Amino acid sequence: MANKTEIIAEPGKQELFIKREFDAPPELVFKAHIDPDIYVKWVGPRDLTMTIDKWDARDGGSYQFTHERAGHKYRFLGVYHEIVAPERIIGTFEFDGLPERGHVILGTTRFEELPGGRTRLVHQSVFQSVQDRDGMIASGMERGVNDGYEKLDALLAEETGAKSSAA
Amino acid sequence: MSGATDDLSRVFGALADPTRRAILARLSRGEAGVQEIAKPFDMTLPAISKHLKVLERAKLIRRGKDAQWRPCTLEAAPLKDASDWIGDYRQFWEESFDRLDEYLKEIQSKQKKEGENDSGK
Repeated sequence: MANKTEIIAEPGKQELFIKREFDAPPELVFKAHIDPDIYVKWVGPRDLTMTIDKWDARDGGSYQFTHERAGHKYRFLGVYHEIVAPERIIGTFEFDGLPERGHVILGTTRFEELPGGRTRLVHQSVFQSVQDRDGMIASGMERGVNDGYEKLDALLAEETGAKSSAA
Repeated sequence: MSGATDDLSRVFGALADPTRRAILARLSRGEAGVQEIAKPFDMTLPAISKHLKVLERAKLIRRGKDAQWRPCTLEAAPLKDASDWIGDYRQFWEESFDRLDEYLKEIQSKQKKEGENDSGK
């Protein structure tokens, strides 16, 4: 069975979480995040071309990359605050295509070891405002695909379940 | 900010409150009047009415015209916009991680092969 990607963005909050498990040990999943030759292979959907403009994956180093689709370029940049192999990466992230600069995100990605040589990735993004977060999600990272009511069904089911068990 | 984004902000503002989510969950099972909606909550009717107004402004519910009995009905369309909204972002990461899976599989089978070759020497 395919591993499921979980995006948790509670209404009204300035943060979001991305959770995903991998059938590989933390060392490999971690490396895929800091090695530019590997990173370029997987970040973004297949129909985006990715170019690394700058890559200095160490404490205080910075990075820049560009996604391109049908002539549209989307540039992203940031600074690595702390890299602890193979446990965590903490750094900033900014989309250069916004009307103004300064909307910076603080990102923490943790790689937790699971039994059987597997890894759980937990990413937290903290935004400067709820609007910033909602804007980033609404842009879909420049992607436009629908997946229906799933998230909301889950939310409503949760409330309904909580209700009936409380009754 | 575009009108669509304003609408979405109102939807998310409305969804940010647990009481309002519980009200929506109740209405997902069928229409109900204020009294009935208020029953499970330790809240005054005016307080519940306030929550209903927020939901109504976000167009998440519709209220009947009858002055006495104004049943509330769940409106699905804004909820769909709200769930589509997160779907796009999820799709981005889902596709990325699927690609990462492929890479990890490839590199691990390569490592395994090399390991077998080394031990064969």
